[in-house]
Amino acid sequence: MKPHRRKRLAVVTFIAVGLSMATGLTLFALSQNIDLFYTPTQVAAGEVNIGQQIRIGGMVKEGSYESANDSMRVMFSATDYVNEVPIQFDGILPDLFREGQGIVVEGTINNSGLFIASRVLAKHDENYMSNEVKAAMEAAGVNIENQPALAEY
Amino acid sequence: MIPELGQFSLILAFCLSILLGSVPLVGAAKGNQLWMSLARPLTAGVFVFLSISILILAYAFVTDDFSVQFVAQHSNTLLPARYKMTAVWGGHEGSFLLWTFMLGGWMLAVSIFSKSMPIDFVARVLGVLGILCTAYILFMLATSNPFDRIVPLPPQDGADLNSALQDIGFIIHPPTLYMGYVGFSVVFAFAIAALLSGRLDAAWARWSRPWANVSWAILTIGIALGSWWAYYELGWGGWWAWDPVENPPLITWLFGTALIHSLAVTEKRGVFKSWTVLLAILAFSGSLLGTFITRSGLLTSVHAFASDPSRGVFILGILGLAIGGSLILFAFRAPLMKSNFGFDLVSREILLLTNNVILVVASASVFLGTLFPMLYQAITDDLISIGPPYFNAIFIPLMALLVLVLGVGPMCRWKKTSVSYLIEQLGKIALASLAIGVMLPTIILLQVSWVAIVAVTLAAWIVLSMLKDMANKTSNKATRLAGLRGLSLSYYGMQTAHFGMALMLIGVAFTSEFSEEKSVLLAPGEGVDVGSYNFIFNDTQSITGPNYVANQADFSVSKNGNSLGNLNPERRIYLATGTPSTEMAIDAGFFRDLFVTLGEEKENNAWTMTIYVKPFIRWIWLGAIFMAFGGTVAAGDKRYRRVRQRYLKREEQASAINLQLAS
Repeated sequence: MKPHRRKRLAVVTFIAVGLSMATGLTLFALSQNIDLFYTPTQVAAGEVNIGQQIRIGGMVKEGSYESANDSMRVMFSATDYVNEVPIQFDGILPDLFREGQGIVVEGTINNSGLFIASRVLAKHDENYMSNEVKAAMEAAGVNIENQPALAEY
Repeated sequence: MIPELGQFSLILAFCLSILLGSVPLVGAAKGNQLWMSLARPLTAGVFVFLSISILILAYAFVTDDFSVQFVAQHSNTLLPARYKMTAVWGGHEGSFLLWTFMLGGWMLAVSIFSKSMPIDFVARVLGVLGILCTAYILFMLATSNPFDRIVPLPPQDGADLNSALQDIGFIIHPPTLYMGYVGFSVVFAFAIAALLSGRLDAAWARWSRPWANVSWAILTIGIALGSWWAYYELGWGGWWAWDPVENPPLITWLFGTALIHSLAVTEKRGVFKSWTVLLAILAFSGSLLGTFITRSGLLTSVHAFASDPSRGVFILGILGLAIGGSLILFAFRAPLMKSNFGFDLVSREILLLTNNVILVVASASVFLGTLFPMLYQAITDDLISIGPPYFNAIFIPLMALLVLVLGVGPMCRWKKTSVSYLIEQLGKIALASLAIGVMLPTIILLQVSWVAIVAVTLAAWIVLSMLKDMANKTSNKATRLAGLRGLSLSYYGMQTAHFGMALMLIGVAFTSEFSEEKSVLLAPGEGVDVGSYNFIFNDTQSITGPNYVANQADFSVSKNGNSLGNLNPERRIYLATGTPSTEMAIDAGFFRDLFVTLGEEKENNAWTMTIYVKPFIRWIWLGAIFMAFGGTVAAGDKRYRRVRQRYLKREEQASAINLQLAS
């Protein structure tokens, strides 16, 4: 092989080996870090394992919000207007958290069926509904357009 | 009537862009001087009409013209004037106008600062940018016109600007980010112009470099501003969330970083030409992808604008044409770009190639993590999300590897360096870095922290190898000072940016390792210790702002009994929409930030709150400032201004040789 060919081969091999190692590691990391998303109906149907890290999307049920007076704890329910999941959160809720609005919560289900949230995400602007909430509503057969909370302007 | 003038002006800009995107390009292909020379005046025209357009939109905001739908949706009579003016980019339509205006600004800059380039090249560059500009304005006119009216009954008052946006960060972050983003269109246009003309030589790389550097520097600042703003406005104590909308700027930035390094090789050594062109295309694609992700509403994110599928499809169309078209052109022209592999396996070329591979892999993995949920949903119909652990697992080791290479790169010689020379130069540096890395954090903290040891070792490695390199490069001069004066601006720029990397590395590592936070419920008079700091919650009072009312809390902060002053976080309610908003109180410091955010009121005036102590967080943004400054300094190197003479001389020589051959 000519010297410049050999060099070119070395460079190409170097890139190929680097890229394939990176791809392998990336895919491994990806497979380790997928948070699956569930709707309240799926949770109610028992599709989620206890202790499994998941996300739930839905609306904050009207009248479900309770705040403990002597601790950080808040309780509310996420609903897709068919089923609901009771949620417990020890922390400060986002600014845009309101009853009747879409939210996404991250956390795990405990053995009494309570969802212990580690993070609560509320939507960022009035027009916007997260895909996850939208999907939950659609899965439950709810027409999103008619929800008053989302039709503010 | 006035908004219609804005619309009219936008249409004029559109017509001129069509001319700009066609006439000079045809002129360059046919060698028609007149047609090529139209590029500059047409560019000026596009810029003027885009400026008029955006100024009229701002005027509509300032005068509370709620008959304009975009104004009605994003402003309110109570909104302070500075936010009325900047509410122009508070929503999809206006921010796209800002984006296009930025492109107009860059085009104007190219037409002014291109006196040293041959006219056919300038015509091609501006022509390519004209095509982009045409596509953007068409998109605006077709799907998202900021001048649309509400007829026949305009609302009495506007819906108000999103309360989370009413902040200084909103005034400066989007324009800076867009300016950096759009700057890569210029580098892209240079690459396409070079492909079109078939003139991929060192001169092309030298023309591109200052533009690439400046765009990269502005993008760096834009991303850092976004991170800083999210840190103090969103109030979750973090500075980067791997949010799907944060990621595209980072993807672009990583490609851009690879590009400015690869351009250095192409300019100095004339190799990696096709790779450099490909990177220019990738960096630009990253910026378009960012637009697509933000505006299509395909990904769930705190940033996402109201989604509208037709917009997504349109941008996807632009994305497909721009990327597909340029890659096809690239495929046809790439065989013409012959590079001489005139370098050894241990050489600066190879180290810069390693740098590029690492950066591109990092960028690709961020890209994958960002778009994977979409892909997954398309295939399985299940919704998933990819969390920060994925990104951290990939990104941190890659950056550590990058820093190792960074220490060797500047020390290495072009073409060939012997391994023994590198060991002689860097062996002691490596040992010293390791010693500092192990000793310093352990002695100061009196505990063994692996994160701190690795971070300090790597930072010391950057700084010490940098000092060693500067010592080497100045050693053969009469005095050190004379030696330092003899070093070029681009060398100083590089070292400044690398030093910024060291600062950022320390900031990132220490913030994530040593931050402390506590969420507590406190009644007035109660206190809490976080880290070595004591916070006492005194009371709250009601205050009234221009367009909000708020509860303001008062905290006394002390460390070891020494008072550090008071912190006053607020909980605001914006009057127009009734949306609550928390205003953090931050005591910023060089070595640590103290940060209090207020939650909600419970019984007996007690409040929930989260208190954070964030060591070294400022170093992250300080590092970004150093990087951006370095990039700008390097762009100011005087050799970029001498290009013309050199280039013309070479052309003359070439024609002289041709003449000789002909005779």
